[in-house]
Amino acid sequence: MISSLTTLQDRFGESILEVVEFRGEQTLTVDPTRAKEILKYCFDELAFDYLIDISSLDNLGTEPRWTMVYEIYTMANRANHHLRIKYDLTEDSKADSVSDIWPTAGWHEREIYDMMGIEFNDLADHRRILMWEGYPYFPLRKDFPLAGRPSEMPDVAFTEKAPLAGGPFVTSSTSATTVHREPRSREID
Amino acid sequence: MSRKSADAFRKISGNSGALRPSKTAQSLAPPLVKFFTNGLLRGAADVTSANYADETMSESIEQHAAYDSKVEGNIIFTQADAAINWMRKNSLWPMPMGLACCAIELMGSASSRFDISRFGAEVMRFSPRQSDVMIVAGTVTYKMALAVKRVWDQMPEPKWCIAMGACASSGGMYRSYAVLQGIDNLIPVDVYISGCPPRPEALIEGLMKLQDKIEKSESSKEHFKSEKTA
Repeated sequence: MISSLTTLQDRFGESILEVVEFRGEQTLTVDPTRAKEILKYCFDELAFDYLIDISSLDNLGTEPRWTMVYEIYTMANRANHHLRIKYDLTEDSKADSVSDIWPTAGWHEREIYDMMGIEFNDLADHRRILMWEGYPYFPLRKDFPLAGRPSEMPDVAFTEKAPLAGGPFVTSSTSATTVHREPRSREID
Repeated sequence: MSRKSADAFRKISGNSGALRPSKTAQSLAPPLVKFFTNGLLRGAADVTSANYADETMSESIEQHAAYDSKVEGNIIFTQADAAINWMRKNSLWPMPMGLACCAIELMGSASSRFDISRFGAEVMRFSPRQSDVMIVAGTVTYKMALAVKRVWDQMPEPKWCIAMGACASSGGMYRSYAVLQGIDNLIPVDVYISGCPPRPEALIEGLMKLQDKIEKSESSKEHFKSEKTA
């Protein structure tokens, strides 16, 4: 398992921006322009044959806005090694689809598109996966209110704002004091 | 009326001598319907007074009921509403709209331990056109909402709706962009059942509440009203 990390570092050098190791978990932050190349190398050469998950983070208020996170796993040669690869993505750019490497990525990427609104290059089936076609919002974005927004698609679906009655009480991630972090009603809109 | 059948009627009505309506029939207010247990509803008797003489009664029987007890069984006098409501409430055919974990409890209610068929509601129909009561069991998402409404619209009248559990009643714990905040936003609900999910006993109690409601409804009046307006 150490060897796969060193192999990657030898092969991609400067493109691997950061390596974090925490209780045996390895997280690489990589150069967005070479991310797909690195992921493909992991599959082809390092036998990371199992894509566990793809997720995306919304760093609202900081640039770049998105972070893509790939969780990959190898079961070959009983290595059972888990690797996390991250890269940042600016709001106006598209991510590269990895569905040609791991076919299962198609649904993960459709979900990311549906919930976050991040689009993918070369994704064959680029429909929404949970919400209906024509729903105008991306509900997992930080600037989308938990209560939702009203929308209307005649004969398909409609949405209304849910009554929250002062809630929910959420924390805000900030480096300021606990007074600022304290859970409080934070309604957007 | 043949002599034979008149004898038969005497035997049934319990009066060896004169033809006399039973006490029960007298106590019931008009309009009266002669309701035969073999399922045939004969024409409604146009008797408006409860003080009918024996003559009137025998005459009306001769007119309306050429009666053969061997073939037609016993006679029950009742009101149209009572008869219709009794039939309706004891054979509710549910449309199971199972959308989440409540549906598991709904299945449990139908199974042997709780046995919803004791209340005549065991015939789960997956065709809305054969159903009387829609049991909305589970979380109604906005994506599903109009489909539920459409199934409801396909059910023939008379129809009722039970909102089973917190989600169907009010959105439950999902104060969210994705969940309809209670199915009563789209369709009229007769009985709300609390619980997350409700126990089968709660569902059965809800069903019995619905039976009470049906029992009190003015079915025949509504029926004739809808015929007039149509």
